[in-house]
Amino acid sequence: MALKSKHQRLVLALIALVAIIGAGLLAASALKDEAAYFYVPADVKFKGFTPGKAVRLGGMVVAGSLAHAPDGVTKTFTVSDGKASVPVRFTGIAPDLFREGSGVVAEGKFDAQGTFIADNLLAKHDERYMPREMEGMSYDPTTHKVTGANQP
Amino acid sequence: MIAELGLAALWLAAGLALLQLVLAALGLGKGRAELLSGVRPVAVAQGLLGALSFGALIALFLRSDMSVLLVAMNSHSAKPWLYKFAGAWGNHEGSMLLWVTVMGLAGALVALLERGLKRETHMATLGAQAAISLGFYAFLLFSSNPFARLNPAAPDGQGLNPLLQDPGLAFHPPTLYFGYVGLSVAFSFAVGALLTARVDAAFARAMRPWVLGAWVLLTIGITAGSYWAYYELGWGGWWFWDPVENASLMPWLAATALLHCVTVLATRDALRAWTVMLAVVAFSMSMVGTFLVRSGILTSVHAFAVDPERGSFILVLLLLYIGGALALFGLRVGTVREGRQFEGVSREALLVVNNLLLTVILGVVLVGTLYPLMAEAFGHKISVGPPYFNAVAGPIALVLMLAMAVGPLVRWRRDEPGVVAGRLLWPAGLMIGLGAALGVAAWGKIGVLPFLGLVVAAGVALASLIPLTKRNLRRTPLFTYGMVLAHLGCAVSLGGMAAESAFTTERLVAMKPGESVEAAGWRIRFDRALPLAGPNWVAMQADMAASRGGEDIMLHPQSRFFSSPPTTTSESAILTRWDGQLYVVLGEALDDGRWQMRIWWKPFVTFIWFGGLMIAAGGTLTLIGRERRGWMMRLRRHRAEQSA
Repeated sequence: MALKSKHQRLVLALIALVAIIGAGLLAASALKDEAAYFYVPADVKFKGFTPGKAVRLGGMVVAGSLAHAPDGVTKTFTVSDGKASVPVRFTGIAPDLFREGSGVVAEGKFDAQGTFIADNLLAKHDERYMPREMEGMSYDPTTHKVTGANQP
Repeated sequence: MIAELGLAALWLAAGLALLQLVLAALGLGKGRAELLSGVRPVAVAQGLLGALSFGALIALFLRSDMSVLLVAMNSHSAKPWLYKFAGAWGNHEGSMLLWVTVMGLAGALVALLERGLKRETHMATLGAQAAISLGFYAFLLFSSNPFARLNPAAPDGQGLNPLLQDPGLAFHPPTLYFGYVGLSVAFSFAVGALLTARVDAAFARAMRPWVLGAWVLLTIGITAGSYWAYYELGWGGWWFWDPVENASLMPWLAATALLHCVTVLATRDALRAWTVMLAVVAFSMSMVGTFLVRSGILTSVHAFAVDPERGSFILVLLLLYIGGALALFGLRVGTVREGRQFEGVSREALLVVNNLLLTVILGVVLVGTLYPLMAEAFGHKISVGPPYFNAVAGPIALVLMLAMAVGPLVRWRRDEPGVVAGRLLWPAGLMIGLGAALGVAAWGKIGVLPFLGLVVAAGVALASLIPLTKRNLRRTPLFTYGMVLAHLGCAVSLGGMAAESAFTTERLVAMKPGESVEAAGWRIRFDRALPLAGPNWVAMQADMAASRGGEDIMLHPQSRFFSSPPTTTSESAILTRWDGQLYVVLGEALDDGRWQMRIWWKPFVTFIWFGGLMIAAGGTLTLIGRERRGWMMRLRRHRAEQSA
């Protein structure tokens, strides 16, 4: 590839343009997959899920649903967004702010039966940390009612 | 009194920045050259006043002056002195004051030290630097005054976020800020060169040390930040593609590209317009980074300053500077004549490949970081996570690493493809051999990216040393050693990342005192858990003994509770060996007397940060080598003039 033309600048600019458009397309196609990266329980109920794919699930931990397995490091609980709920099994050390009735984002994947197998939990660090998809979601501990997030 | 002194110094510094801008603008625009002689002293005075103001803030924090709002909000009299000190910039206002202070001091250095540029270009550069500083002074004085008083004074402070009460905090953010400021100086040089139509090799040589310095600091900052997240968060991960991490990565990517093309411009006088463009992009990325971090607009574990008004202020500054710079670029790019040309197989061409790939990765990270914001504007709420970044940026980064192996082995201007291939024989052979061996030994057990990462790391490591062969090592310039060290560092770091992802062993158990667990050849015994009190926290601490055939080594992971503000953090115990780290986290106590433990053996994980330090050291060597050569040449010319 001889670049020694009078138009070397033009050629370089074209190559740069092609590279940047290529990157844009690559990013766009990857983002399309990514749009399905975050689930709330309603998505699972109405849109279904792909078993084995690495995703995040966000919602409120339903009070009274938390149970501990005999191995000491596995917990099961139910996550709800007011419209639907999903069973979750988590093996690991839960963050300090993880408790019933508070928000949680679980990282992991669905098994074939629709149980979410979490390998990491992100609990709300403080009032200022809330996943975007869960803004507006709240939980009433007396009525066990979850007020839904404004998920489209 | 100290607070008022600090505020007065800040106002004075802002006034001097305005004066600096006006003097430079009138001097250059109206041709009143006598005004230009005032620019340099004003720049120096501005830097000193900024430093005085920041010194005042540090004094207030060290004295725990609770009549100052910022101190009361972010400090506590019971804190250890180091965190009182670091607390001065562990908050929004203080960190912005640190930013303008460093910017002012950098401007003073440019005024004092720069000798290679034409006078007009030098003055235009200082004028541009003053214009950038002014925006930040306005931001501080009108919306983030760090010296605001609290009346009546608070009885005591609210404390600092315990996650931030760590020696890492003392160094991590300032390092990044210094890097951002270095890029602002590079940007000012670019603006100065554009305004005076002097985009040439002299401009590149003047800008290079600032780009190199900024890049070294950003490298250290990112490396330190990664290690901080690794040991402090207790999640065992070293990079989370958190928006705040991306905010530091993006300027680094741009600076890496800029640092390579500024070398092409300084050495071969090619890629003129592109170098200027990259300087604009690099500074824009540091502004975008500041905006993302300081506005708290993105969901992030780091976002501790949520304030839409301030966010809008930075956004306006960002648009003003970037828009202004792009407009200037568009108007003046016609005055930038085309530089020298080069062949398709040449060092220049490979550096163009480097720049393209880095720009593409930058674009991918930028899109992934900002996409949630754009989607929200259209009513969708979406997070973008590691699967996107790893899948898209990972493969491109591997191609970039391969280009990095080839680049230094190609001559400037033109080279023969066959000869270049010959130089690559050994690294290529190593990669094929290692790939085959790994394929046989671990096929299906490790992922594709970690597999490729290990193979590429080995090849790049070997290739990066080839520039030192077949030459007199004592007469090899320092900057060649710097390049070799930095490239080798990239390979070491990549190797660490790949080894960690491919071969980590994890154990999650609940243990009673006296019980043991095995992990990757280690035997870890849990003896007991006891309460413990620190200066401003109480903790449960486990006594554990780890051994690998030899003697027991004691480990003490903790679960810490801070009272102001009330937070629990996990202090992992980390045992470092040459071939990896044993990482132990203490979980919660169960009702039956067992304790949750999470244990990792992470082979060669330290290579990640060790490689980062090698990269920074390589950059430092190059900086010293280049600058020393410049000073020696100037000294020789000076002597020649005197004897003539």
